[in-house]
Amino acid sequence: MSGIMVKNITKKFGDFIAVNNVSFDVKEGELAALLGPSGSGKSTLLRIIAGLENPDMGQIFLTGKDVTPLRTQKRNVGFVFQHYALFKHMTVEKNIAFGLEIQKKDKKEIKQKVEELIDLVKLNGYNKHYPSQLSGGQRQRVALARALATEPKVLLLDEPFGSLDAKVRKNLAQWIRDLHNRVNVTSVFVTHDQNEAIEISDKIIVINRGKVEQIGNATDVYEHPKSKFVASFVGNVNVINANIKKNHIVITGTKEKIQFKEKTEINFQNIVLLIRPEDIIVKDNSTEDTVPCIINGIYYRGSFYEVDLKVGTNNVKSLVPKEDFFKFEWRKGTKVYIRFRKFKIFEASEGHKKVHEMLKQLGYIE
Amino acid sequence: MNSSLKRFVKGNLTLRGIALFYIGLLIILPVIAITTEAFKGGIPNLWKQITLPQALFSLKFTFIIALIMLVINIITGTATAWVLVRYDFPLKKTINALIDIPFAIPTVVTGMMLVVLCGPRSLIGEFFGKHGIEIIYNKPGIILALIFVTFPFVVRSVQPVLIEMERDMEEAAQTLGASKFKVFFHIVLPTILPSILTGAALSFSRALGEFGSIVIVAGNIPMKTQVASVYIYGEIESANIQSGLGTAVVLLLSSFIVLIFLNFIQRWSNKYGK
Amino acid sequence: MENKTNCVEVVRKQKQAGKWVLISFVLLWFFVLIIFPLIGIVRETFKNAISVITSSLSSTASTHAFWLTILITFVAVVINTIFGTIMAIVFAKQNFKGKLFLESLIDLPFAVSPIVAGFMFVILFGPGGWIGSWFYSMNIKIIYALPGMIIATLFVTLPFVAKEIIPVLREFGIEQDEAALILGASQWQIFWKVTLPSIRWGLAYGVTLTIARSIGEFGAVLVVSGSIINKTQTATLRIHDQFTDLNYAGAFSAALILALISFIILNLIQYAQKRKKRI
Ligand SMILES: Nc1ncnc2c1ncn2[C@@H]1O[C@H](COP(=O)(O)OP(=O)(O)OP(=O)(O)O)[C@@H](O)[C@H]1O
Ligand SMILES: [Mg+2]
Repeated sequence: MSGIMVKNITKKFGDFIAVNNVSFDVKEGELAALLGPSGSGKSTLLRIIAGLENPDMGQIFLTGKDVTPLRTQKRNVGFVFQHYALFKHMTVEKNIAFGLEIQKKDKKEIKQKVEELIDLVKLNGYNKHYPSQLSGGQRQRVALARALATEPKVLLLDEPFGSLDAKVRKNLAQWIRDLHNRVNVTSVFVTHDQNEAIEISDKIIVINRGKVEQIGNATDVYEHPKSKFVASFVGNVNVINANIKKNHIVITGTKEKIQFKEKTEINFQNIVLLIRPEDIIVKDNSTEDTVPCIINGIYYRGSFYEVDLKVGTNNVKSLVPKEDFFKFEWRKGTKVYIRFRKFKIFEASEGHKKVHEMLKQLGYIE
Repeated sequence: MNSSLKRFVKGNLTLRGIALFYIGLLIILPVIAITTEAFKGGIPNLWKQITLPQALFSLKFTFIIALIMLVINIITGTATAWVLVRYDFPLKKTINALIDIPFAIPTVVTGMMLVVLCGPRSLIGEFFGKHGIEIIYNKPGIILALIFVTFPFVVRSVQPVLIEMERDMEEAAQTLGASKFKVFFHIVLPTILPSILTGAALSFSRALGEFGSIVIVAGNIPMKTQVASVYIYGEIESANIQSGLGTAVVLLLSSFIVLIFLNFIQRWSNKYGK
Repeated sequence: MENKTNCVEVVRKQKQAGKWVLISFVLLWFFVLIIFPLIGIVRETFKNAISVITSSLSSTASTHAFWLTILITFVAVVINTIFGTIMAIVFAKQNFKGKLFLESLIDLPFAVSPIVAGFMFVILFGPGGWIGSWFYSMNIKIIYALPGMIIATLFVTLPFVAKEIIPVLREFGIEQDEAALILGASQWQIFWKVTLPSIRWGLAYGVTLTIARSIGEFGAVLVVSGSIINKTQTATLRIHDQFTDLNYAGAFSAALILALISFIILNLIQYAQKRKKRI
């Protein structure tokens, strides 16, 4: 059964369409990431699910029930705000107890539940602290405990790690993943950090300018991006301008050609190849499917080397594993050859689609 | 925004209606009433009332006195704020706490304090009296009363800005070779100017309207030491409503001008602060 | 070398000197302006025998005046706290045409002469006024009576509460309201449990200022009250009356009491302000 179902949601602010006909589905117990650049409508969407905004069109289903007409108070969702929105005048335990007190739960029960949650978010000893006396990460955990107190079926987190430093962020992300596995909720968290999305989510919903670009698991989104936007937003990507002439790909600014394995007769001007850095293989000998280029710079990156290359007028980055790197004597200015393990062409015109098809048949792209 | 929350705060027409009713009843309606009443006899008549010798004198006198107060208050107020923020000295905390006293003490009491202190029978009063200077029942007394009553305005408006002002700006200027005076006039002053002006405008409008302390301290002699508010009061008491109205409308208009000025400073300093 | 340190020393001394000149100037000014008058009033009061002081304070006219001041202050505080909070919520959280204009109108009572304020109410609520004539036809007197004095006090203290809370509410934003909403709180619960606690010190500050001004108000109340002994004479009006009648014992002892009350209020103000900053 689906924990959260968003159906054809549209939201306008005046003339501006913040969310444009968005639909997706998060299964019960799943942790989904809502990934997109700033201003893409992530928060708006989350707020619509929580009932903090009313959509202009569409429906929201929580655990199979249509909650669109329900007020926020009746939806029983947990919400963790981007800036936590802790009640500043209440202690940690008062904050966590708030939802339970509203529900007029038994005092003893509340106390016990609060203790449990404080334990869960590892804030033992901080019961009587005020939010202003806590660190960012601690506030974050109070916000989480407060949201979980009423045992919501659905947990929504708006950039939960947004204002934390990189290290705390990473720990907390992993910790939330574990926590999610322990308590039985369906969660959606908003992020604009692709690594975070890839690392902890079961499902990634990429949105851009209020529209869903792609839905899938981390591998899908990274390895098989459906659009140029997804390819470039999720992970690093090289953008190379090229033309296709007869049975070659000619990179703009070079005479060198990448020979297709089979003879075809297609001509296309100005196409864009998208290639992930790790899909560019650098060699020091040429073959039919390589292009010569010059090394512009080499950077040590720990487990691999990042190599900047100049191909015609294009600057390209390649990631070379350490063991491959030491096979050669590369220096700045060395002439080398690159081969594309795979690449993508995105330009949605009819012509490009045809090229795409052909290249696919030829086995150049997936 | 959620519809119920929206109904509660953003679009709550009941709340808005109550607020507007209250402002309408207590502020807008009285202002309209007094203006209508003043213009009832026609503009020429109103002008005649304003330019009656006594009325005109009281207005001029009030403005001049208020301006003198303003100059003194800007200087001493800014200096006080500066000393309280930047320096450490004995009794600083106490003094800081006592700055607000003029706001807390009834103005009538203020007037009486000044009379005991500088009146003709007091030590100070006698001393100056011998030299032919009359403090109480004359201009110095009025100015003194106004300074006392409005003293906190400039201090309290400049103080927070000085506290928040980054010392590094000044230090940067110093490392660039600017002298203390240059630093003050080029760095500090422009930063605190909006707050000085805010405090000044507030004290100015207060001074224009002040009544309680002045009625006691000033001799209230027409054409000599009578300020506008005392003049208006006298006219009301002797049932000369029309002649009181003219002066009242001028004071009211000045209040509005001060309000507009304050608004303008606020917008200006907002722009500048961001 | 020695020369150099000397130079530094001299410069340092000069700087110190400048600083102390400024400090002493401010201290002097402060004592002349604020402390001397306070001492003056205490001295003047106790020049008279204690018996004179107590007898003049316990006269029926004086007690009546103090009770009247307390009554008016109480009513003004209650009404302006309620309306001030409502105005603050409306101006901080709602958007509508003319909002900016109306918001700056709230400041008018600060800028307007109390005499002019009283005058406006005499005209509006007097027997011939737009509203007054209606009340008079129903035999309700407003001017030269308690209602008029309350209205005048309401006017001069109108901005305090609203102006104190508006910035607090603005800074506070709407996020905590929303958090409470998601946790199931109703609008009333949000107001009592979230909004009110977070504005409480701003509110306390505004209320103390309102009290101070209500007790001390003179001009506006004088104009609308007529200062009738045992009827519409508040404490400040009584002090003024006694002072002009050259009854210094009565005037100064009452003034001292008001000054003491002001002093207590001042401390409350300082306390509220400190607390306001902390949260
Ligand atoms: N109340 C509002 N009124 C008008 N426009 C709004 C409102 N709320 C959001 N928007 C607009 O809708 C768009 C989407 O906003 P939203 O906050 O959902 O973005 P986001 O994806 O969460 O961005 P970020 O990562 O920066 O938080 C933005 O362009 C924003 O300006
Ligand atoms: Mg957002």
